[in-house]
Amino acid sequence: MGKFLYLDNAATTKTAPEVVEAMLPYFTERFGNPSSVYSFSAGNKEVISQQRDIIAGTLGAKSNEIYFTAGGSESDNWALKATAEAYGQKGNHIITTKIEHHAILHTAEYLEKRGFEVTYLDVDEDGKVKLDELKAAIRPTTILISVMFANNEIGTIQPVKEIGEIAHEHGILFHTDAVQAYGQLPINVDECHIDMLSASGHKFNGPKGIGFLYIRTGVKIRSFVHGGAQERKRRAGTENVPGIVGIGTAAKRAAETMAERTAKEREIRDYLIDRVLNEIPYCRLNGHRTDRLPNNANFSFRFVEGESLLIKLDMKGICGSSGSACTSGSLDPSHVLLAIGLPHEIAHGSLRLTLNEEITKEDIDYVVDNLKEIVTYLREMSPLYEDFVKKNQK
Amino acid sequence: MYSEKVMDHFEHPRNVGEIENPSGVGTVGNAKCGDIMRIYLDIDENQIIQDVKFKTFGCGAAVATSSMATEMVKGKSIQEAMQVTNKAVMEALDGLPPVKVHCSLLAEEAIHAALWDYAQKHDIKIEGLSKPKSDIHEGEEEEEEEY
Repeated sequence: MGKFLYLDNAATTKTAPEVVEAMLPYFTERFGNPSSVYSFSAGNKEVISQQRDIIAGTLGAKSNEIYFTAGGSESDNWALKATAEAYGQKGNHIITTKIEHHAILHTAEYLEKRGFEVTYLDVDEDGKVKLDELKAAIRPTTILISVMFANNEIGTIQPVKEIGEIAHEHGILFHTDAVQAYGQLPINVDECHIDMLSASGHKFNGPKGIGFLYIRTGVKIRSFVHGGAQERKRRAGTENVPGIVGIGTAAKRAAETMAERTAKEREIRDYLIDRVLNEIPYCRLNGHRTDRLPNNANFSFRFVEGESLLIKLDMKGICGSSGSACTSGSLDPSHVLLAIGLPHEIAHGSLRLTLNEEITKEDIDYVVDNLKEIVTYLREMSPLYEDFVKKNQK
Repeated sequence: MYSEKVMDHFEHPRNVGEIENPSGVGTVGNAKCGDIMRIYLDIDENQIIQDVKFKTFGCGAAVATSSMATEMVKGKSIQEAMQVTNKAVMEALDGLPPVKVHCSLLAEEAIHAALWDYAQKHDIKIEGLSKPKSDIHEGEEEEEEEY
């Protein structure tokens, strides 16, 4: 007892101690409003611009292309709604996918109610966008393609470079929701022809409530939050200076540690995947086997329901997440798992475990040993398993 | 999220299992919505429920309501078992989160379905009992090919 293993790093991450340390003075000492004239505040404008430089550097972007927001959802909303508004004269068609985060999907649905047409691309069984279908979906009226860099549930990495090239060739803007990918995968906005990119601080050991939107120079989207002249008049509101210092520090840390950290996570992730697939029957890995986020594993255990699994794991001190309906507050299981073709019953039995660099093989052994017991226990209780066993006996 | 009683019944479910040659068995819910409950009844010649077992595929609330419902009908007459409503099960568990109320409906339906099966087999009529409407085979055709 007393064991605690946090394996839900796709939901959020621990703010790194050095990030907190960097932020602290901006609450109690250097609390000045960056827009103020007196010298007390002068340094705060400078520190914001330093963070912008750091983030721009990690993406191969220019500093004045980084706009701080309150997080991933705001960035996604801004990119879609403002593009629709600015380019609505040119066309009313947007292409996205069925596996986007709800910040994209619900925004797209909102735009549909306002006269825009949206194509939601299918994905293959690994969760990848099919490039020929993307090309076929393009219309003369298409103004935006928005495809996530990597999926938050199943971890699959999209062929972003190819998608960017297709968008570029057709003169269509390309936005990518990189909330899960930023800090985990190297990203270069020029190589991938990315015009807009969303990211969120708390996904890479930064604080919550801060994110950014990269907007390529020349993209004419306007302000989404109206008011003061902050963020080059594109995002009003007194700057969240501690948050910006936090996200900048976290971005620097993530970039510097990326190679070593993700190599370790990949090794541990593969150990987890291999053990689970080899030792637990009637189970599958969701998402692409190799083109997936370094820290993501997502399984479906047949005949088992996800929420029960999560509560049992929680009793063992293990934090995970599931795409089951019961955990989503609706009656439908995860839209991502349905989009990769899983039947409802199997989608309900999903488990996502997302690692961080502190997780060891010994931790994974503890997880898998408990998981085996829990899955067996829940199957013993499952009428679906009973039917399956009886059918096979016949 | 759940009351202590729900957690207790989830952690230590009562009456899990099967009954060989049951007097009645009922299965309700469907895999599509994520909850399936099966209840087995052993009913003696005096129409007393001597034993009851359940199996459930579902969330914590589904398991806990199955467990509580079986406790509430064990040793009871058929007529008494008919009085075990979803509301009674929910109250016995000190309530459920609003999104989980449908789970308690399934427990009541599962008992009714098992009683219906018993009534069919013995060609008797139980007052207030009608044919169960839930069909677990709904949406099942797609499940077979996956593995």
